[in-house]
Amino acid sequence: MTDKQKLVVIGNGMAGMRTVEELLEVAPDMYDITVFGAEPHGNYNRIMLSPVLAGEKTLDEIMLNTPEWYAANNITLHTGDPVVDVQRGRRVVVSESGLEVPYDRLLIATGSHPFILPVPGKDLPGVVSFRDAHDVDTMLEAAEEHQHAVVIGGGLLGLEAAHGLQKRGMTVTVVHIFENLMERQLDELSAHLLKQSLEEKGVEFEMGEQTHALLGKKRVEALQFANGRKIPASLVVMAAGVRPNIDLAQQIGLHCERGIVVNDTMQTYDPKIYAVGECVQHRGTCYGLVAPLWDQAKICANHLASHGIGSYAGTVVSTTLKVSGINLFSAGQFNGGEDTESLVYRDPKKQIYKRLVIQDNKLIGAVMYGEAADGAWYFELIQNGTDISAARQKLIFGKAYAEPLLEKIAAAA
Amino acid sequence: MSDGQTNCVKTTCPYCGVGCGVKADAGAKPSGGTTVEVSGDKEHGSNYGLLCSKGSALGETTDLEGRLLQPQVGDKTVDWDSALDVAAKGFKRALDKYGPDRVAFYVSGQLLTEDYYVANKLMKGYIGGANIDTNSRLCMSSAVAGHKRAFGNDIVTGCYEDLEEADLVVLVGSNTAWCHPIVFQRIIRSRKDNPNKKIVTLDPRRTPTAEQSDLHIPLKPGTDVLLFNGLLAYLHQNDKLDAAYISDFTENFDSALNAALSEASDLEAVAAECDVSADDLRQLYEWFADNPKTVTVFSQGVNQSTQGTDKVNSIINCHLGTGRVGKPGASPFSITGQPNAMGGREVGGLANMLAAHMGFDNPQHPKLVQEFWNSPKVAKQPGFKAVEMFDAINDGYIKAVWVMATNPAVSLPNADLVNAALEKCEFVVVSDCMANTDTTRYADVLLPATGWGEKDGTVTNSERRISRQRSFLPKAGDAKPDWWIICEVAKRMGYASGFPYRHQAEIFNEHAALSGYRNAGQRDFDISDLVGISVDEYDGLEPFQWPRVAEVKTTPRMLGDGRFYTPSGKAQFVAVNTEKPAHAVCDEYPLVLNSGRIRDHWHTMTRTGKSPKLSSHLPEPCIQINPAAAAARGIQEDEFVQISSKWGTAAGRARVTKVMRPSEVFMPIHWSETYSANGGVGSVVSPEVDPVSGEPEFKHTPVQLKGMGMGWYGFILSRQPATQYAKKIGERGTDAWVKVKGSQFWRYEFAGSDAIENVEQWARAGFGLGMPEAAASSDELGISIALDDADWIDYRDPSAGVYRAAWIVEDRIEACVFISPTPDLPARSWLASVFAKEELGEQDRQALLLGEAPDPSADVGPIVCSCFGVGKNVIKRAIAEQGCKSAADIGGCLKAGTNCGSCVPELEAILAED
Repeated sequence: MTDKQKLVVIGNGMAGMRTVEELLEVAPDMYDITVFGAEPHGNYNRIMLSPVLAGEKTLDEIMLNTPEWYAANNITLHTGDPVVDVQRGRRVVVSESGLEVPYDRLLIATGSHPFILPVPGKDLPGVVSFRDAHDVDTMLEAAEEHQHAVVIGGGLLGLEAAHGLQKRGMTVTVVHIFENLMERQLDELSAHLLKQSLEEKGVEFEMGEQTHALLGKKRVEALQFANGRKIPASLVVMAAGVRPNIDLAQQIGLHCERGIVVNDTMQTYDPKIYAVGECVQHRGTCYGLVAPLWDQAKICANHLASHGIGSYAGTVVSTTLKVSGINLFSAGQFNGGEDTESLVYRDPKKQIYKRLVIQDNKLIGAVMYGEAADGAWYFELIQNGTDISAARQKLIFGKAYAEPLLEKIAAAA
Repeated sequence: MSDGQTNCVKTTCPYCGVGCGVKADAGAKPSGGTTVEVSGDKEHGSNYGLLCSKGSALGETTDLEGRLLQPQVGDKTVDWDSALDVAAKGFKRALDKYGPDRVAFYVSGQLLTEDYYVANKLMKGYIGGANIDTNSRLCMSSAVAGHKRAFGNDIVTGCYEDLEEADLVVLVGSNTAWCHPIVFQRIIRSRKDNPNKKIVTLDPRRTPTAEQSDLHIPLKPGTDVLLFNGLLAYLHQNDKLDAAYISDFTENFDSALNAALSEASDLEAVAAECDVSADDLRQLYEWFADNPKTVTVFSQGVNQSTQGTDKVNSIINCHLGTGRVGKPGASPFSITGQPNAMGGREVGGLANMLAAHMGFDNPQHPKLVQEFWNSPKVAKQPGFKAVEMFDAINDGYIKAVWVMATNPAVSLPNADLVNAALEKCEFVVVSDCMANTDTTRYADVLLPATGWGEKDGTVTNSERRISRQRSFLPKAGDAKPDWWIICEVAKRMGYASGFPYRHQAEIFNEHAALSGYRNAGQRDFDISDLVGISVDEYDGLEPFQWPRVAEVKTTPRMLGDGRFYTPSGKAQFVAVNTEKPAHAVCDEYPLVLNSGRIRDHWHTMTRTGKSPKLSSHLPEPCIQINPAAAAARGIQEDEFVQISSKWGTAAGRARVTKVMRPSEVFMPIHWSETYSANGGVGSVVSPEVDPVSGEPEFKHTPVQLKGMGMGWYGFILSRQPATQYAKKIGERGTDAWVKVKGSQFWRYEFAGSDAIENVEQWARAGFGLGMPEAAASSDELGISIALDDADWIDYRDPSAGVYRAAWIVEDRIEACVFISPTPDLPARSWLASVFAKEELGEQDRQALLLGEAPDPSADVGPIVCSCFGVGKNVIKRAIAEQGCKSAADIGGCLKAGTNCGSCVPELEAILAED
């Protein structure tokens, strides 16, 4: 044993490992690191499970950290062995297999649970969530033998699952409780175009429908709506959102609300314990996208390294959809609202729609469908609070046309 | 005449008075119709192969779009017999009931000499009145009157060669570079060969002509007489006059000199009064004094004035005083506006002339003419000149009028009154080649005349050169030559014996015969050498300069021998003193309106308006104003502004420019109600005329100018040739609009004061498209998306009042519309070019609403990093330009691959490609 401090990471996912990577970057020799993961794999890119489901990528292709990487960095990895307890007084973690590992600093990165609708039949075989590689395997098996897939939830994840299953040869129906798909990311018009494109790809939709029960004997066979109507369902994917995984944190008495509450340095109420990723709640917000993880990981690593500079102020999120052939982007306050102005571009034949929302001469939101190449640039404008008045009438036509005007103004200022 | 090897026909240009020779080649279009290729005729002595922008674009104006193809009576299309009967009866009835001085012909410098001849003969020899006047009255009648006072007859003494030969060319009131471009080119070219040559322009505006001159004197409008009196005084004071010439060949010198000295003996004072630099003025006077080879060219800036005739004589006085008349490189030179204004003068097609340069002042002439014509009657006194004629129509004195080949509803001053007069006149006949002009709408009988390329006869240009204008196209529809129409009406009025012509050559023969009839050198205009030429000889007639008599076949210069056509045989000095323009500026109308031509349009645009090329130079009616005057009125460039005078209003785009003197504005003459809403300057122009020539004062109307305070501006480009479209806009709440022909599209510029409620609906309705059924709607935005709709793309910024849309049909642009609260809309040039595209490119669609060419760098290529929207083209550029060597480098430059990271393998693949 060395005299290095000990860091234990609970959760071998993207947030935890990114934090470790950042830490190795700034303080390579500070800690002996031990990682516990519930899943039996190395760290893979969870966002890329959709392309794996769709057959566009393999699991190998989405691996971020292989066992060799852990070895090369002297990290002790325990896969398939979830942590079941933390004895905060002794600063020791206890795993399912009975392993006890002491820590000087503990990082919790347990991610989130899929939200399972509390309906009859939710535990029937053939009902899955879409969270990890195991779920993908389950779905792929179902696709071999069964025909009718129903995805509950017309959000980002649900639509990616629907697309994947459809590409795997299943007939897919998406059941969505609202009238618009991705209502948290799209406005009515872009949501309509998205639905239209997916319909053209063969996906069917049941909009504004509430799931009442899942029916079946040995396996799920049908889905029943609140109004009594039934549709065949030999595979049901629950993709109605995620909840921060705070089971362990609550069990060990860390302060939690919806997520594990952290401060701007990603520290929990126990100063020895940090948390990052989808399990945390920062300034009241729980995130379910990848960009905040990166920001959080950077800050957290900085503090774990005792550099003590940098603080996390939250992340403005943007959305893209990983469905091949569909370009979609949304960010900020895309739905307008009081005292906002909207610029709108429509090309219905080419299924293009863009809306930029402006307030006080600043871009505060954007939603684009059909053509999203400039999304990142708009996102930058939103984050920087750039005054766009000099380029207002060119803004919607993209960076190539509008940026020179903004640069000219900036140069003059 | 064919030149043997090809179908090329030598003819002449139908536009300005330069009278260029043109070679025209008509060919069949594969799609039907005809193509016309034109080029300059290298052998024609007026242009030697050169052609200006208008002449070069003649091929674009010969299509049948907008042509009048059938006779009409009222709204009904009828056959020629019926139409001619109605026309003849209408005139006969008015003649029988009211008398010969109660009917009128208003004709045009666009007519050929043969047409003109029979019109004049019908009016003066058979109807027996003299109410035939011409639109030439509007451009050069002051020159005619000045020539007659000085030389005893209407003679242009020089030729274009003199402009090349001269060491000093003084251009007075002439934007030669735009209005007589080939003459100007000849002058400019000769300056290159003659380093001592000087060009001086006298014009209140800094025109393109002034820009290319050695000296520009921006004199105050109306001070020309003072300036030339100053010159005469200077020449006298500096002993530069030609005393021998004055005593041998002229009369009335003393009174003219005294008049000049009485107001212009002090150069400094003259300069102050003309509001020009004394040094510049002295320079002009010195150059004039020292250069025996001086030509003074004058044009509408001199003629179109209530003192136009005096201005002409003030110029001629200086030439007489220096003996510079009709000598190589030395003459006063009136340059006319129209292709056959001179031919009209030669046949006597003006109310104060009789025929063949004979007039009413010599009591022998009416007798002589009647004798030659063997006509029942002959006019014995002058009739109404143009402005008087329309006043007489308006007063109800004239009961029937025949308008031939001209558009007085636009072109005359006080045009609102002219429109009212035509509206109430009992009987109006209009013969024209175009169906819808502002004048044809008043016609009781509408007669289709042949247009350029179809008609055949002779014309005379500004240097007395008579050329054949030949036909090379089949007659359009049922169109007939003007001479034929006139003769047929004459026959039906009972004058068959006077109008027996079977061919225009017979008319020319008679015209030539009259010029020589009992002439014996008494009269200047004599082409009797050509009496008896056959149809074939007529067809092959080479250009020549009259007079042409047995011993002299062409005459480049006249009067150089000091023999004049006055009773005494001597040239006459005319004592002139400066008179103020008829109407002075005042508090209510503090600015002086000047009007004139632009480079690429002709008259009221009935033909040039069809040419995309010509319509692109200055596409809209505009009002030029000095920056200070604009600032004082809060007027911005491109804003729609209105000028108003005591007589009416006109509207156009503000062009703020230092070309203008501070208290003057300029508006082009070309626009009509056909091409614009209120774009006709004629409504504003003062109807005051020169007391001698009857020429109106187009160059000096007191006006006020104000911004129209438009709430929004817009434009439309549409493939549809939609003549109704502008009307629709007008009906739909627009307050100003202009129609411009483009290549494969029509362009409409417009503006309105009241906001449009539903701009999308409004725009679509203009193209006949309704609102589609919504598949999804946004209550907040008030817009929807439809499944089943025309291919309509749009962009809007509702709170800024911006709306842009494009309609695409079969992947080609059909139309686009742009609306903005300010006039700073995107340039139309790229959008215009898109109409030629057979297929829109991927980037073009969106660029249609941007209004500019797509930026190649905007094509990011297929998206590789979807998190940051980074395309393959962008990545390749980063590799090439920023030296990225790894996926991490690319991430550093472009962020690509730094979020979800899923594109990193693709980034590496792209790196490997390079």
